[in-house]
Amino acid sequence: MNERMNETAAPPQSEDSYNFAYLDEQTKRMIRRALLKAVAIPGYQVPFSGREMPLPYGWGTGGIQLTAAILGENDVLKVIDQGADDTTNAVSIRRFFARTAAIKTTTRTQEASVIQTRHRIPETPLQHGQIMVFQVPIPEPLRFIEPSERETRAMHALEDYGVMHVKLYEDIAAFGHIATSYAYPVRVAGRYIMDPSPIPKFDNPKLHKSPALMLFGAGREKRIYAVPPYTEVESLDFEDHPFEIPRWESCCALCGSQESYLDEIVTDDEGGRLFLCSDTDYCETRQNAMNMTKGGA
Amino acid sequence: MTLSAISFSPETAARQFLPVSDPDDSMPILSVRDLTRLYGPEKGCQNVSFDLYPGEVLGIVGESGSGKSTLLAALSGRFAPSGGTVRYCQTSGEWLDIYATSEARRRQLFRTEWGFVEQNPRDGLRMGVSAGANIGERLMAQGARHYGDLRAAGLQWLSHVEIDPARLDDFPRAFSGGMQQRLQIARNLVSSPRLLFMDEPTGGLDVSVQARLLDLLRGLTREFSLSVILVTHDLAVARLLADRLMVMRRSRVVESGLADQILDDPQHPYTQLLVSSILQT
Repeated sequence: MNERMNETAAPPQSEDSYNFAYLDEQTKRMIRRALLKAVAIPGYQVPFSGREMPLPYGWGTGGIQLTAAILGENDVLKVIDQGADDTTNAVSIRRFFARTAAIKTTTRTQEASVIQTRHRIPETPLQHGQIMVFQVPIPEPLRFIEPSERETRAMHALEDYGVMHVKLYEDIAAFGHIATSYAYPVRVAGRYIMDPSPIPKFDNPKLHKSPALMLFGAGREKRIYAVPPYTEVESLDFEDHPFEIPRWESCCALCGSQESYLDEIVTDDEGGRLFLCSDTDYCETRQNAMNMTKGGA
Repeated sequence: MTLSAISFSPETAARQFLPVSDPDDSMPILSVRDLTRLYGPEKGCQNVSFDLYPGEVLGIVGESGSGKSTLLAALSGRFAPSGGTVRYCQTSGEWLDIYATSEARRRQLFRTEWGFVEQNPRDGLRMGVSAGANIGERLMAQGARHYGDLRAAGLQWLSHVEIDPARLDDFPRAFSGGMQQRLQIARNLVSSPRLLFMDEPTGGLDVSVQARLLDLLRGLTREFSLSVILVTHDLAVARLLADRLMVMRRSRVVESGLADQILDDPQHPYTQLLVSSILQT
């Protein structure tokens, strides 16, 4: 598990037959124009003409197009899937860009200039100049209650957001607390209601006034939206049921962290279980630091 | 009263039969002039003019296809007429032209000072969320952010419309037709609207449930001094609820006046036919 895929495997050969980062330059310009608009209007969903990518919808076709459009030759790319650097989706997207753009890839959050993610924001605080790219399945936060696209657009335009709280109300009525645990709706810069993609609500506070640029791409729905650096991102709640992030009773079995987002792993059929950091880079960094201090002592 | 006192022109008829009300209520709440929306010759509604006063219940009756629902949709801001104006007197006393104002303002009106009770409660309710969420939606849209308060409002309104408060967390699909209709009324009245549009509110309900709903509606309109525009093809409903009636036929208002007067002493041949065909019992 501590083996790093791209360090142990032979470095992928770059492909000269593709344009830099796979997409043609006109497509990248089109996506960059949409990105500029998205950054200018935080939280607003900008339509773009999404292309077919060599991976299935639902595997990050939106994210991979954004990454392709913003990558430069000197960028260092990190890709995570559920916080892990070593899962199929993360490895294949990283190799894809290593082959088509011949750029450096990394698993270290601090070293990366572009981080494409499926479900998590890294535990290590992001820095100014870094760009997060989110893969988004359903960009429309109002979709669950309003099936009509025309109507949801009008609701966004007119800031007609009353129904958003209906969902939270239903949660409390049914479960006694706001049970929505991922894709928790947020209000960006006091204006647009936004679905922060399927990140756990644990990560919502990391969006608030983050120094990094957050870009969201939905490939199937063909929408791009963004949260510029240092933008206010407020999670919706009720006065008597404020927004809360989940806490675990145990700590990470490998690194002992009590602050990070933990995955539960069933170890046998007799009720044995482990909790591990979902962010593998964060966990390994902490383990290495622990080994260093042990070794030194 | 002599026959000559009754005019067939809706304009003069509306002015002639002012409802008895407070001097403060002498300003109309809704003023409609030459409203027209036609899909074809005599299909839709044309040249409809009237004033609606605070606390007044106006019934629109007529046969199927006479343009009642089209008129109601045009009155309630749902789709733009091809001609004429609908002006609403806001609480500030200023007039607002419904179709000249922004859509944002129209929507705001629609979820605060106005209400719309659909003929089929499934169109007016959110079937996927609980009764409490249905009632609380308007309040949340207006910025209510206290769950306890929303809950209290839900309980209060359920008892207002005679639904067991214990059913607050039940889904509307678990309710009977009459209960769904009452829930829809509660959902509309929670924001204390001044003007309520109703499209056949008792359609599709059996007679005993109808009677109960009518009784409830009559009580609520009195209690909250609501102005109501009520579309119905059922003259019995109109007689029970409406202060004033407009009779429509082939897209035109053929007769208007006080409800009892129209029902007891119809002047237009079509109204006479309508009344004689129904009030036999």
